[in-house]
Amino acid sequence: MKKKNGQLLQGNEAVVEGALYAGCSFYAGYPITPSTEIAEVLSIKLPERGGTFIQMEDEIASIGACLGASLAGAKSMTATSGPGFSLMQELIGYGVISEIPMVLVNVMRFGPSTGLPTSPSQGDVMQARWGTHGDHPIIVLTADSVPETFEMTVKAFNFSEKYRIPVILLLDEVVGHMREKIVLPAEGEVKVVDRLKPEMPPEWYAPYADTNTGVPPMAAFGDGYRHHVTGLVHDAQGFPTAKPEEVISGMDRLFSKISRGFSEVCLTEELYCEDAKTIILSYGSAARSARDAVETLRADGEKVGLLKLKTLWPFPKAALEKYANSVETIIVAEMNRGQIYREVWRVARGRWQVGKALAPYGNMLTPEMILDVARKVTK
Amino acid sequence: MSVMSECPTRQILNPGNSNCGGCGATSGLSLLSRAVGERNIQIVIPACCSAVAAGLFPNSVYGVPALMTTFAATASGATGLSVVAKLNGEDTRVVCWAGDGGTYDIGMATLSAAAERNEDILYICYDNEIYGNTGGQRSSATPHGATTTNTPPGGKVEVKKDIMEIMAAHRVPYAATVSIAHQEDAIRKMRYALDARGFRFLHLLSPCPTGWKSEPSLGLELVRLAVRSGLFPLMEIFEGKRRVVNVEPDFSQEALARYLNLQRRFKKSGIEPETLASEIEEHWSALRAKIRCFK
Repeated sequence: MKKKNGQLLQGNEAVVEGALYAGCSFYAGYPITPSTEIAEVLSIKLPERGGTFIQMEDEIASIGACLGASLAGAKSMTATSGPGFSLMQELIGYGVISEIPMVLVNVMRFGPSTGLPTSPSQGDVMQARWGTHGDHPIIVLTADSVPETFEMTVKAFNFSEKYRIPVILLLDEVVGHMREKIVLPAEGEVKVVDRLKPEMPPEWYAPYADTNTGVPPMAAFGDGYRHHVTGLVHDAQGFPTAKPEEVISGMDRLFSKISRGFSEVCLTEELYCEDAKTIILSYGSAARSARDAVETLRADGEKVGLLKLKTLWPFPKAALEKYANSVETIIVAEMNRGQIYREVWRVARGRWQVGKALAPYGNMLTPEMILDVARKVTK
Repeated sequence: MSVMSECPTRQILNPGNSNCGGCGATSGLSLLSRAVGERNIQIVIPACCSAVAAGLFPNSVYGVPALMTTFAATASGATGLSVVAKLNGEDTRVVCWAGDGGTYDIGMATLSAAAERNEDILYICYDNEIYGNTGGQRSSATPHGATTTNTPPGGKVEVKKDIMEIMAAHRVPYAATVSIAHQEDAIRKMRYALDARGFRFLHLLSPCPTGWKSEPSLGLELVRLAVRSGLFPLMEIFEGKRRVVNVEPDFSQEALARYLNLQRRFKKSGIEPETLASEIEEHWSALRAKIRCFK
């Protein structure tokens, strides 16, 4: 049992604590700043608990091992940053179509390529959504503090297990390397979800059959059920198919199993939004500056609110729609050239103005930079 | 006149670089500068300490055209450079300079493929037995018994990958190990490798005081002990067949114990010199068998 009085942890260490809390017993990864601490701490803590830590030969192998471990029944995780995230893209799509739960942490650094090692950035937001080829659903979570990193790591495992999908935890360098006080919850205090296992006899089991949630139960490779796991589009049994009706139902289920869970998956946090004429929308470390800017503007008597995204994808559209009739401007504050800005602009459909406060040069977004933009709007 | 008293006409690694004191890569590149002399070379470096060490212009950029590529693309990037240089009739040599992480692990696929195609490349692996650039994690070149920032408590249990036999299995025209403590031998091999054609491979043991937890001034001594004890055989392999041992070790137990004692990375595991000695013996009896086989 952890003591209740809290401890000082780094964001990356909070990922480790969250993963262990959620029941992660397998980690395969490849060192890359600014995510390396996750591997280093797990290399000590996993073996202590009977889990497995492997340093792989590269990032393709890392995600491959995690998918294999998950198929064998373990909760698995890997962590990386920009260049490694690029290498993992093909297997992310493989995990999505073959419905293998796992957690992939990307502690973002400035890119493209080696970029500015390792200045902060939120430049991988669209890559997390569309990096692997083909239409596909994905769940991408983020966090702005050390305690929230713990919370979202547990959620990432929960969503991946519940929806049978790889979940990406997209942190930025500032959150990964920041140290903050955190009180770790006791066992049982936070909900931990495990994948649904089949209860039918092996001969009745169809690993990709539709269910009332859209998520089929998942047997482990060693459970005695038949497995045929493939990146080809497959039928309910898992065997390759090109029959139009099977392609349609299989692919539609892939998307609908997630869209049915939108209300649970799309997480946001709101501050003073009810009467706000201007809302600052932000996420990750930029949201900390946004909160500071909002408090300053409120103290000046401006009707400004904060909408913080904890889920980036699926985009929490409903949280914005709620204020469609009251808000005049939404300012997107992020550390890239406007990746979520475009998404907000798409959702707005002219109903509100969309502004941006951006930090696209490997620098942090400061409250002053956001205030400069917001004051022009509220003037 | 000794090759070591010749002043290199051109430094590959300029002064003012950000390498740690006592870095074996600094010594290796300085030897390479002497070996290269008037020859034209181009250098390909993946993500590794040497990519960082180049620092910012004008302090310490490389003195030759340099392609700093991604971690896994050293041998493939060099393939492109070398093939087109030949098409253009340029008299140049494409030299890869990659760490053990980029060679033994993530770069293995492109390295193996380029070797199999017998591309006209000189590939030099400076092996510090660790991921130095990211702060000292294990690689598959990390020796048995060494502790890194992410080996399980008790140090690495696996034996170091035998890169020379992997390259020999590709039947590349020339592969050799290079010691920064045996400089005449090193320069001779570098010059041979620079002037040979086809795929050439050099393996250079590169002390890393930061990762090995050793005194920066003891780098040469450590390599000398590694050679003496048989831990790092100084050898050449021609066409993947004929093997020549350049410096016969005396397999001194004292040298091996001293090698381990001078580095704190071996302290935690408490690995006994005897354990490593039996691995060394096994390695050499296999090597001698191959030497006899391909006489």
